[in-house]
Amino acid sequence: MSLDKSTVRAIAELARIEVPDEELDHLAGELSNILTFVEQLSEVNTDGVAPMTSVAAMTLPMRKDEVTDGNQADAVLANAPDGADGFFTVPKVVE
Amino acid sequence: MTSLTNLTIAEARDRLAKGEFTAVELTRAHLDAMAAKRALNAYITETPELALEAAKASDMRRQAGQAGILEGIPLGIKDLFCTKGVLTTAASHILDGFKPQYESTVTANLARAGAVSLGKLNLDEFAMGSANITSHHGPVENPWKSKSDPAKKLVPGGSSGGSAAAVAARIAMGATGTDTGGSIRQPAAFCGITGIKPTYGRCSRWGIVAFASSLDQAGPMARTVRDCAIMLEAMAGHDPKDSTSAPMPVPSFEKALTGDIRGLKVGIPTEYRPDGLSPEIETVWEQGVEWLKAAGATPVEISLPHTKYALPTYYIIAPAEASSNLARYDGVRFGLRVPGTSLDDMYKKTRAAGFGKEVRRRILIGTYALSAGYYDAYYAKAQKVRALIAEDFRKAFESVDIILTPTAPSAAFGIGENDDDPVTMWLNDVFTIPTSLAGLPGLSLPAGLSADGLPLGLQLIGRPFDEETVFKVAGVMEDAARFTAMPEGV
Repeated sequence: MSLDKSTVRAIAELARIEVPDEELDHLAGELSNILTFVEQLSEVNTDGVAPMTSVAAMTLPMRKDEVTDGNQADAVLANAPDGADGFFTVPKVVE
Repeated sequence: MTSLTNLTIAEARDRLAKGEFTAVELTRAHLDAMAAKRALNAYITETPELALEAAKASDMRRQAGQAGILEGIPLGIKDLFCTKGVLTTAASHILDGFKPQYESTVTANLARAGAVSLGKLNLDEFAMGSANITSHHGPVENPWKSKSDPAKKLVPGGSSGGSAAAVAARIAMGATGTDTGGSIRQPAAFCGITGIKPTYGRCSRWGIVAFASSLDQAGPMARTVRDCAIMLEAMAGHDPKDSTSAPMPVPSFEKALTGDIRGLKVGIPTEYRPDGLSPEIETVWEQGVEWLKAAGATPVEISLPHTKYALPTYYIIAPAEASSNLARYDGVRFGLRVPGTSLDDMYKKTRAAGFGKEVRRRILIGTYALSAGYYDAYYAKAQKVRALIAEDFRKAFESVDIILTPTAPSAAFGIGENDDDPVTMWLNDVFTIPTSLAGLPGLSLPAGLSADGLPLGLQLIGRPFDEETVFKVAGVMEDAARFTAMPEGV
């Protein structure tokens, strides 16, 4: 499997990571090598095998849907790089 | 007070109980040793004031007759555990300035047991690496030196490289680690110490910066099997805040160290002897088998036929989960923010500046493996092969009680070696990844030295939630190995 520059650009866009154009070729090579390495999985016959979706043989516990915590706005915002007036702020999204 | 830093946790515990020295004295000895060993770069953040405060409080608890099982023991904490009010970086630029407003369950459990935290230990960025060279805070140096080139700086292994180096260099009596594909066991082997990744679900993941949630598991790293047993007992336990945490009682792991392994069957997997395995590793492995035989256990050849597919399976599953987990670093709620012309532009610039190359590579691979049209070919396929790998172990454990393998395919290598090709670097974890995929407990202990004077480790793999057998067998091997070598200058 070999990825081209435009595919790498599209993946980076999906992952929301800016990648300078001059790094795309190198990155495409690296990612292609990795995909070639993992492609050996296609040799394994997995017909009828259920995918492993949980590690331990246990069902996820249920709990009551109730409020157990709250009134911690200051703690929630304490690490915000640009918090203001009890809110997180982001660049303008509505025109 | 250097002699205080050379004690094991068990020795220090017993001598603290007798009043031979105080927790404050023990902590001070470690803080002094830390200051003298800063060149190793093992700690990202030292917290001497907090440590002394905690030690004072510990001495008071002891006087009041309320000593916990780790009362007054100074430990280092991998900087992947959130610690309330103390900088937590995951060794990433993107978490610049992050001071959690809460404490991880594991570190809270350790504090409740009386442990004193010395500070936060270096690691690979987001625990992604096998040499501790991807840290934003610079590489960690292994305190061990090779005989042939004593000037060469060696890697401590990764990702818990700071933890392993600190314990080996006697600047922490023990340390927390986390293990996703070998991140406790491989650095333990490279630094000549003991470390166990317990069964998935044994320790709560709550408050540990997430890498790959179906694989991440916390565990102890220390200088003896007994010390790991004591630490794990304090760290483990059911936590309703982690829905994958197992609702099971925590046994006294220390009591499992009976020394009696007569009649146990020890699996020796054929597939862990790949072409080109270093003869030194093979010799140490054979020696391990002999030790167990001499103690009355029976070696049994077993087959784990899907072993060779563990690495490619891991390198789909772990990056896929990482790409999803690391989506939270968006410049809005915590850490680094790089301004942009729009919300998307701010995200992209922040993440480009904040993530290092290995993390970026894994996010991109994971994003691709999960993207529309490729999900079945990569992620779903890897989950199926993962099921086969787990089934290999399940079948093997029908006929054996424990499995013995090497921990890593080589001894520690130089900083700067093996880092031009990611896949070559990943091969370090070839013996530890299958256990992680199956969620089983795996312990590494030092078994000997290479001809070049570097530690070599052996791995014991147990049944789910049977850490007791793992500790019991490890205790016997430790006695037989008599590994007393120490890095220079400690």
